[in-house]
Amino acid sequence: MTSRRVVVSGVGMVSPVGNSAEAAWRAVASGQSGIGLVGRFDASGFPSRVAGEVRGFCPEQWMSPRDVSLSDPFLHYAVAAATMAIDDSGLMDDERARTRTGTCIATAAGGTSVLLAQHAILASKGPRFVSPMTVPFSICDMASGYVSIKFKLEGPNHSLVSACASGASAVGEAFHMITRGSVDAMVAGASDAIVPLHLAAFASAQALTTQDDEPCRLSRPFDRGRSGFVMSEGAAVLVLEERERARSRGARIYAEVAGYGSCADGHHITAPDASGRGAARAMCEAIGMAGIAPRDVGYVNAHATSTLLGDRAEVAALRHVFGGSLDAIPVSSTKSTTGHMLGAAGAAEAIFSIYAMRDRVLPPTINQDDLDPDCDVDSVPNVARPGSPAFVLSNSFGFGGHNTTLIFRHPLA
Amino acid sequence: MRVQTTADDELALKVRTVCADVLRVPLERIPLSARFSEDLAVDSLFLVQLAIGLEEALEVDIPETALSTVQTVNDMVVYVASRRGDCS
Repeated sequence: MTSRRVVVSGVGMVSPVGNSAEAAWRAVASGQSGIGLVGRFDASGFPSRVAGEVRGFCPEQWMSPRDVSLSDPFLHYAVAAATMAIDDSGLMDDERARTRTGTCIATAAGGTSVLLAQHAILASKGPRFVSPMTVPFSICDMASGYVSIKFKLEGPNHSLVSACASGASAVGEAFHMITRGSVDAMVAGASDAIVPLHLAAFASAQALTTQDDEPCRLSRPFDRGRSGFVMSEGAAVLVLEERERARSRGARIYAEVAGYGSCADGHHITAPDASGRGAARAMCEAIGMAGIAPRDVGYVNAHATSTLLGDRAEVAALRHVFGGSLDAIPVSSTKSTTGHMLGAAGAAEAIFSIYAMRDRVLPPTINQDDLDPDCDVDSVPNVARPGSPAFVLSNSFGFGGHNTTLIFRHPLA
Repeated sequence: MRVQTTADDELALKVRTVCADVLRVPLERIPLSARFSEDLAVDSLFLVQLAIGLEEALEVDIPETALSTVQTVNDMVVYVASRRGDCS
């Protein structure tokens, strides 16, 4: 453990289960699914026709109508979530915080809708009609950039991409930036938006469920009846702060970031290493950094997306790390209610992990009818359960073989 | 003194309407006297965006080199009128 410690002092979220972190958590903890038939565009001819779409969200509440009209939903969600997190933290109550606060808001795909729309204009009308906002509002760093502009933050400002682990990587790398003294606070998280092209593409990659009966029942991690993940979207942002600074200003401290592990499978562009070796290394690194034993983890928020290969590989990794003690550790996947929020998932699940500790409630894996024998974990099936973990572990993995693990410590542990 | 014609009024309204649409503000916030930079927070980047909207709506070319001379909404109306005059 380094001499500088990092805590979470603010959270914000836009998701298919609620447009605030608290609303999303209430839905997740009560097992309410945010998944339905795609309503935003005509997906009737698509192999996969279900998704977790953000609903009832008004981007003009967070950005100027002018900027909303020219930018991408990924940016809208990110700015909303970041604003909520910063307001929640009270960090900006002190103007002096600006020079020592940075941003790292990640994304898997960035402003794809803007790119596609402007490409269509290029093709139909020619280059002179391409918007001058195309580049700033499509590139992956602009969520971080826009938030830093909105709040006049002058610390390091960048984004990163590790596919569906992006949100977790952002939190982990922001943690390191604080511990090494580059900044005192970071606004860290991720955002991604559903795009028809990606819905088609993930389906082509055989990654999505193609069923549409009872959409809310289709995201079923660890269940024998699972048939692929359900694409979802949203943004989740956390404010991380150097612990003593947070304490001295009387900040509300949700949790401490106790450990972070990051490594690669070196195996395949989409499939995880079935042995779980890479994921296990990430978990071991995080556990070692937290200075705890594996059995001290009281709850695991799994990456488990409801794919055959991915869920099994993660359980294999968990067995490798925890051995027999895994039987006593609840392992649930909140993707069963939210769907897979792509880059945002890791940051959203970090927030759910923190709330689980705060409220002493372990969220369920819903749609558990018949546990896959190769996923033999206590998945907190269908109904939330009381629990008081002092340490929570959250996994996120991504195409390209990214393995990312975060460990959070209860503030009183 | 040049007499304001109905066609001038019509063009002014069209330009103001396009500006209001692109800037996402009510029409009454776009008087002819409005200064793009000081009153409407339109920087050089966004002025190009406005020009694209006007080109599409009014079927006129507005080269970017001309934008440096446009300070107000009325300047834009005058410039567009001159371009349309050239095309007739």
